Amino acid sequence: MTTTNIAHPEYNYKVVRQFALTTVLWGIIGMSVGVLIAAQLIWPALNFDTPWLTFSRLRPLHTNAVIFAFGTSALFATSYYVVQRTCKVRLISDKIAAFTFWGWQAIILSAVISLPLGYTTSKEYAELEWPIDIAIAVVWIAYAYVFLGTLAIRKTSHIYVANWFYAGFIVTVAVLHIVNSQSIAVNEMKSYSIYSGAVDAMIQWWYGHNAVGFLLTAGFLGMMYYFVPKQAERPVYSYRLSVVHFWALVSLYIWAGPHHLHYTALPDWTQSVGMVMSVILFIPSWGGMINGIMTLSGAWHKLKTDPVLRFLIVSLSFYGMSTFEGPMMAIKSVNALSHYTDWTIGHVHSGALGWVAMISIGALYHLIPRLYGKTQMFDLKLVNHHFWLHTIGVVLYIVAMWISGVMQGLMWRAVNADGTLTYSFVQSLEASKPFYFVRFVGGVFIVAGMLVMAYNVYKTVRGAKPQQEEYPEAA
Amino acid sequence: MIMTDFWSWWIIILTVFSIVACFVIITANLKNYTHVEEGESMGHEFDGIEELNNPLPKWWTYLFYFILVWSVGYLALFPGLGNYEGLLGWKSSNQGITTLAESKALSEKAKAEGLLVELDQEMKTADEVYGPVFKKLADQPILDLAYDEEGFKVGQRLYLQNCALCHGSDARGSEGFPNLRDNDWLYGDSPETIKETLLYGRKAAMPAWQAALGDQGIEEMTAYVLKLAGRKVNDKLADAGEAKFGMCAACHGADGKGSLAHNLPFGAPNLTDNIWLYGGSKKAVEDTLRYGRNGVMPAWKDVLGEDKVHVISAYIYNISHPDK
Repeated sequence: MTTTNIAHPEYNYKVVRQFALTTVLWGIIGMSVGVLIAAQLIWPALNFDTPWLTFSRLRPLHTNAVIFAFGTSALFATSYYVVQRTCKVRLISDKIAAFTFWGWQAIILSAVISLPLGYTTSKEYAELEWPIDIAIAVVWIAYAYVFLGTLAIRKTSHIYVANWFYAGFIVTVAVLHIVNSQSIAVNEMKSYSIYSGAVDAMIQWWYGHNAVGFLLTAGFLGMMYYFVPKQAERPVYSYRLSVVHFWALVSLYIWAGPHHLHYTALPDWTQSVGMVMSVILFIPSWGGMINGIMTLSGAWHKLKTDPVLRFLIVSLSFYGMSTFEGPMMAIKSVNALSHYTDWTIGHVHSGALGWVAMISIGALYHLIPRLYGKTQMFDLKLVNHHFWLHTIGVVLYIVAMWISGVMQGLMWRAVNADGTLTYSFVQSLEASKPFYFVRFVGGVFIVAGMLVMAYNVYKTVRGAKPQQEEYPEAA
Repeated sequence: MIMTDFWSWWIIILTVFSIVACFVIITANLKNYTHVEEGESMGHEFDGIEELNNPLPKWWTYLFYFILVWSVGYLALFPGLGNYEGLLGWKSSNQGITTLAESKALSEKAKAEGLLVELDQEMKTADEVYGPVFKKLADQPILDLAYDEEGFKVGQRLYLQNCALCHGSDARGSEGFPNLRDNDWLYGDSPETIKETLLYGRKAAMPAWQAALGDQGIEEMTAYVLKLAGRKVNDKLADAGEAKFGMCAACHGADGKGSLAHNLPFGAPNLTDNIWLYGGSKKAVEDTLRYGRNGVMPAWKDVLGEDKVHVISAYIYNISHPDK
């Protein structure tokens, strides 16, 4: 592939195909590890007395696999696809795009090996040790070059809103990762954060919440702004709404981290500012949901017949739900009940499984046939089965965690007439056990849906000729 | 605690800017500043996707303004804008304290003057609500309270939440933490002594004898200590140890029955009862002799207050003397 774009004026779909297929693979692996650790919380013997199968090591493997392997591969795939098609130009560099694919897969593989072996920085969602952190920074900067460079050589006058969100996500994640990973290495696989005490905690959650805000929200809003109107074949509802909610969202999210540290050693002013910004954030978040759902105006009937669109629209409902829930949980007096309970886990999964996974799955069902020169997936009925398996799984999961979480919060704060605690911690764990089982069942539904997807994808791409598509002449 | 003016203003300016910017951008987008009519296509097309110029939903706009106004109100009332303390003077706890005396003085002041220091106010409320419950129990002598059903229950709950961490929820102790059920005592089992132990804490120090005794001496002394406890040992070694036991007798007594048997306040254990605070294996006894031990029972007077300590003392008395 040393020839230039002029000789082959078609889009680079190869890297998109690679990322799209690995998204499915990592989705199955990451979610299966999730189901295993959910089972371990009911049957602890499932770690088989093996250090590298213990909950403490598999939990970061699960989060890294679903966020950085599944979710981020979906973002790579869709951003490379969307930026080319909406800018009417091929990626600025095929080689660097290929480097981001192989580099990212190597990083995921090193996580899959190093986390079960027990190498960890102990920073949540940033557990990978310093050599891998450096690799992430290098690949990410290459990603930024490919994406922003392609935007720069676009053949359209404006930049489509999906690309604002993708660009915002890519640039901010680079800054977050590089700042939070600053550490001093003591040997080839151990380092210590250069920050200490409350500052370390604050930097960590500034990173942690913006991994949610920019990677899991802004990035996927970029995905939403392309695949929803495309699949619904309707224009985006409101240009002005997208302007307001983009700028408000990116300027507010960056402040929200302190709500992870309510009632800790963090100064009072930081907690207040974090809470205020998190609460305001509710409004621009809903701006995105409204713009996505209202895009369906005049095409509601398509939900009856199109399971792909159903994935996309239901993901927006979950997005609306969890971005209402999040600001409420950021209010200090609500947080006093919800913090450290399963409610938090439920909230995260309503966002991760409801919003992030469903929008990605919907986007992949739109994308994969088109990458292989087909108009739709091998079997739409199977897409529908997947939709119901996934939806039931998510609902079981989050309802179980809501009940368990609120119950834990109430049990932990219940006091006797003499002011002593009514329940011990173990009693609250015992009370949670049935809900852990329901959560596990929900997880099984979700993984079952992913396996249905894998079969459907296999049947769609098997023997198909990869699509070559020339881009249209610029207007 | 207080940050410099530069950082304070940094925070104030960025915070206010973010909120004002939200206000400005929403207000600017209420008007149709575009060249197309409302509801029409913006005229751009991206891979077949068009964008309509629909107005912002009204209810959403109002909600946005409402929350922005709320945020200004919240930041006026509560700390948030840098060093500005907020109109209510609310704080989670007294900040920037360097000494215990300062902490106590500030807490007293907050409670007396009704300042909005959340921790102090919560403690004050707890004292007001639960204080009388404990006061009533604490009015009874420990010996009565120990066998009073209500007193026992309250004492047990206080024990579980404050003491079980070290002594175990069954109160049978663990390595370094005495078993409270075996009626074997370091400082005495009178109700007054138990309460004294809880109120003021205890510190026991077993010196390290490695330098004085040497490897051979440690082995001999270990044999003798185990022999005192009635264990089978090499008599020759034990005899050699006994010859040097004088240095131990100052605390443990010449008979090894511990300081309590001789009415001494050192907390030196009885070595003849085969009850071991740090383990009774040969290795554990050797380590104790070689490196010494430092046992610390914290003082609970300032943490729990006398009334609660009184009730816990009664509970401890009960479980160590189950037969009234």
